[in-house]
This record gives sequence, structure tokens and C-alpha cells, in this order.
Amino acid sequence: MLDFTLEPRPSPSRTMRLAMPLVATLMTLIGGVLIFSFLGKNPAQAMAAFFLAPISSLNGWSELLLKASPLCLIALGLAIGYRANVWNIGAEGQLLLGGIFASGVAIHFDGHGGPWLLPLMMAAGAVGGMLWAAIPALLRVRFNANEILVSLMLTYVATQLLIYLVSGPWQDPHGMNFPQSINFSRDALFPRFFGDWHWATWRGTRLNASIFMAAAAVPLAWCFMRKSFAGYRMEVGGLAPLAARYAGYSEPRAVWLALLIGGATAGLAGTGEVAGPVGQLQATWAPGYGFTAIIVAFVGRLHPIGIVLASLLMALLYLGGEAVQTSLQLPKAISGVFQGLLLFSLLGCDVFVNYRLRRRTHAMTRDA
Amino acid sequence: MDWINLLTPLAASAVIAAIPLMLAALGELVTEKSGVLNLGVEGTMLMGAIGAFAVTVQTGSLWLGVLAGIAAGVVMSAIFAWLTLSLMANQVATGLALTIFGIGLSAYVGRPYTDATIPMLRDLPIPGLSSIPVLGPSIFSLNPLGYLSVALLVAIAWFLYRSRAGLVLRSIGEAPSVAHAIGYPVVRIRYLATLFGGAMSGLAGAYYSVGYLRLWQENLTAGRGWIALALVVFATWRPGRTALGALLFGVVMALQFQAQAMGIRIPSQALASLPYLATIVVLVIISRNRQTIRLNAPASLGKPFFAGS
Repeated sequence: MLDFTLEPRPSPSRTMRLAMPLVATLMTLIGGVLIFSFLGKNPAQAMAAFFLAPISSLNGWSELLLKASPLCLIALGLAIGYRANVWNIGAEGQLLLGGIFASGVAIHFDGHGGPWLLPLMMAAGAVGGMLWAAIPALLRVRFNANEILVSLMLTYVATQLLIYLVSGPWQDPHGMNFPQSINFSRDALFPRFFGDWHWATWRGTRLNASIFMAAAAVPLAWCFMRKSFAGYRMEVGGLAPLAARYAGYSEPRAVWLALLIGGATAGLAGTGEVAGPVGQLQATWAPGYGFTAIIVAFVGRLHPIGIVLASLLMALLYLGGEAVQTSLQLPKAISGVFQGLLLFSLLGCDVFVNYRLRRRTHAMTRDA
Repeated sequence: MDWINLLTPLAASAVIAAIPLMLAALGELVTEKSGVLNLGVEGTMLMGAIGAFAVTVQTGSLWLGVLAGIAAGVVMSAIFAWLTLSLMANQVATGLALTIFGIGLSAYVGRPYTDATIPMLRDLPIPGLSSIPVLGPSIFSLNPLGYLSVALLVAIAWFLYRSRAGLVLRSIGEAPSVAHAIGYPVVRIRYLATLFGGAMSGLAGAYYSVGYLRLWQENLTAGRGWIALALVVFATWRPGRTALGALLFGVVMALQFQAQAMGIRIPSQALASLPYLATIVVLVIISRNRQTIRLNAPASLGKPFFAGS
């Protein structure tokens, strides 16, 4: 009989760490084939519509970058926290607050803008996200309250705050009663690659300068995680809290840093959305990037380069969902199914990083 | 009297809102007592809700629907259990993945059912008791699922603290390696506890969609799974307090709907935020004393167990 058992490795396997995301991606693809066959669609055709059609045009690539960059930005911030064992699950709320703060600035200075307006909005967005993240940080440090639940609850509060603003004080008086703010003026928008900068290659696409925030955040996050003492200290705190305490590292400091960094990146991503592709504050402008970024952070192995790749993959899953919605009449919620499948596969495959599969011998069956 | 006319519907809707919270929280309580932290309650509840609703629409039978909801919960927690208990994946990450997966899959499966209607689960008033002012209509006029929930509360409390199996379960949550050394199958019992928790979350979701709201929409549970998780902490892992906490939240949620009748004039969004803000306040109050949490939480909560080591 084939009887396997798991045996701990003396040290985690580096090869497996790198190989498993690929294996997990492959398993997700196989899962996709199964799902599509189960739904009665031609799997090859469906897979092509899902994974290839969205990126077969320049416009598709621009949409891919537009979706991947906020995911990447948020996931980088979250990963820094997760490495320190601080579980900020409320990035969605921090993203909303970032969008709200940036929009507040844009609405306040509407018609009186200048080149200073966009940087001010970015600062406001980052502050908004940080304020929202500061609440779970404070409650965890002062009162020991679980940051997972607090940051998550605040996401629901943020949604209500957004709905209140766009259907109340900030509602566009000429907006036909839609729950949305005024359209931002040009000073309050990220420059477009084609429209503003005349980069002819990107003719007809929505690509804009907001994607540079994610591009800049990648090396910064890498330096913070790999080169800075603060980053090292946080990681030790996460891996070995007792040793860290012995070495004099403060846990509250790590909690504060982790949440504030996560809040700032989510807030910036929110700014990038409202001042980028959306161009105003709406009741439903955020398609769950804050939650998807959690998957991105894990699939990306909490590593900046991994996160870049994972955010591109996850953006492709979003686009694929939209593509099969029109071409195969499947609801786009199928994206979430694929995203979940990918994360499950990865989490399951991870066992091979720390354990190896061994054929059970007779001598070993004794203690089973 | 005027206040009776205000309090009676408030108490009734508080109890109705409390039941799914209590069911999900009790299930998670049993899971956590075995040392497993399943953060996937929200996703599991959603799958239970759509599973129950879809099967009710298809078959016309509420009870088949409820069974389907429970089954959906078991399947969801089986995924979780396999990943965390057999493959030793990180419990926090896997639970989050389960919720994200459940949100996506329930939205996908539920797409054709957003306009469907289902029959009502009838209330069964207990003669005599149900005419007690204020409390009668709320406590003694529940639907069968409501009474089942009360019975489950009693059964779980008895199981955990009065039965031998409950003692084994708790010992595994406190000291799995000791329990393993004595010869108890740690992983198998954790599997059972996790599957039971999933069944309860599925039932909670089913109650939500077919026993209470009688409709399906995306993200129907709106964070109630997370509130249930907070409730377990709030109750310091005790069944009785879980029920009390659920009632407290039920009152907060009921206020949301009764506020207008009571003449409270604040924006509806502020009222809708109330349960979430209440959760935060309650978490802070309970967690303030680190000792309470440390003494009451199962000692091995969230830690993987590997029998070979």
C-alpha cells in the first residue's frame, strides 16, 4: 500500500519556497480547467478568454497595470506588518479613508488648485489611512485588543462613512442625486500618460501617473525589510517575541510601525484610485483591493519582488473575471473563486517548505 | 403603555438578530476549545446562507435548505481543516483565505437567486408563555430554528463541561502534546471540532437567509461572522456568556431598525455602524486585562500540532 508520512526538514527548503508559488499557480490553472468544464464551457476556450484575452491588447496591459499597482502598494505595506506578526486585515477601510481624505482636499480646493494640489492630496490620503490604522494600533498597544477584529470592524464603519459623505455633505449638487461627489478638477488628478503627457504608445488607455507610487514603493519596501534596522527589529519581534523582548526591542513600537505603514500605503492606494481612474468620490469606487491585497501579500511570500508578481497575477484574475462576464456570460465573482483557489493551493503546498514527504516504512508504522 | 409598544418589537428583533450570532459563535467556541483558530466564519456563514437559500428555492423545502446550509458549512471547514491540520498551513492565513473564497463563491453561486422568494418559516408560539408582556413574543414565539438554537446552546454547554468527551476536547486545546502522549488522537479530534464549528456557521448562515431575511444578496451576512469571532473573545470562551453577548449585540442591531420608531434622529449610516463600533468597544473592555484573556483562551489556540515531532 502506498503510505506516505510527513517528516520535518532540518531547515526550511529554499528551493521549495521558490517553487511552490509556481506549483500553486499551476494547480489553480488546473482547478480553472475543472471549474470551466463543470460549468459546461469549453475549458480551452474559457481559459483563453480568462487569462489571455485580457492582455492581448495594449489597453489590456494598461488595465492590468492600473489594477496591479494599488494591489502591489497595499500588499507591500501589509507584508511589512505580517512579517512582524501584526495582522492588519482592515486595509480596505484604510483604503477608503485614504480616498475620502484625498477627496476632501480635492473638493475643498476645487477651482483654486495648482501643481501643489495633488501632492497635498497624496499626503492627506496617507494620513487618512494612517489615522484609520492608528485606531487598531492604539487599541492593541493600550488595551491588548485584537487588531484583526478591530481593523476589520473599522472597514464596515468606513463604508458607512463613505456612503454618508457621498449621499450627504459631499454629494454633487448637479449629480442627479447619484451617491457621488463632483468630478475632480484637472489639478486634482494624476496626469495621464496619453492625455496629459502625450506618450503616444499609450493612446486610448487610462494609464496615469498613480502607478508610479507602487513602482516607488517596491524598492523602498525592499530596503526597509532587508536593509533597515527597524525592519530587522520588527521581523525578529514577529519570529521570536521572547528573544526580541530579551534584546530590548519594543513590541508596541513594532505594532505601531506595522499598522501605520500599512495604513499609509492603503491610504495612498485610495488616493491613486479616486484621483486616478475614478476621478471623483463614489459610493462604490473600491472593488475590494484591500482584501485582495491580503492574498497578494501571501502569494508574494511577503517579499517585494514576489508581491510585484503576485499583484500582476491577481490583477489578471480580476480582468479575466470581467472578460468572461461579457464573452461567456459568467458572473465576474468567479475571480474571487480563482483568487481563493490560488491562495488555498499555495497554503497547502507550503507544507513542502518545512516538511518532506516520506514513504512510510514498516519500522516507522509502529508509532503511527 | 407606550414603552411596551416600543420594547416588545425591540426585544423580538434583538432575539432574532442574536440567534445567528450565537450559533456561529458557539461553533467557533467549540473549534477554538480544541486549539484551532478558524477565522473563516464569515465566508462559511455566507456559503451556508446561499447553500440553504438555493436548495430551498430549488426544492421548495425549508428543511432541505437548512440541511444544505449545514453541509456547505461542513465542506468549507473541511477545506480549512485539511489545510491547517493535515498540511499544517498557517491558521490565520487559511482562515482569511476561506473568507475571501466564501465571499467570492457565494456571490458566484448566488447570482441567479437574487430575486427569488421562499416560503416563511412559521413561528411556533408556546401557549401561555408567549403572552407575557415584552419578553413573551420574543423568547417564547420563535421559529423552529430558534428553538433548535437554544437547545444547541444547552447541549454544547453540557458537552464541554459535563461530558468526558468535552474534557478530552478541552485538554487537547490546552496541552495537545500531553493529550497525544496519553493516547488521544489530537488531529482527529481537532478535525471533528473544526467540522462541527463549520456546521454551526453553516446553520447560522442558513438561519440568516431562510429563517430571518428570506432573501439572498451578495455579502448578505455583512460582517456578522467577524462579530461572532469577537463574541467568542468577549465571552472569554464560555457558552453562557456567548449567548448573553449575542443578545447584547442583538439589541444593538435591533436598535438600528427600531430607532426611527423610537424617534431617534441620527443618520442611518451612523446607526448601521453601531454593531461594528460596539464590537470594538466590547473587545477593548474585555481585552484590557491581559490576564483574563491569557487565563481563559485555550493555551494552544492557533498553534499547529505535529504528531511526529
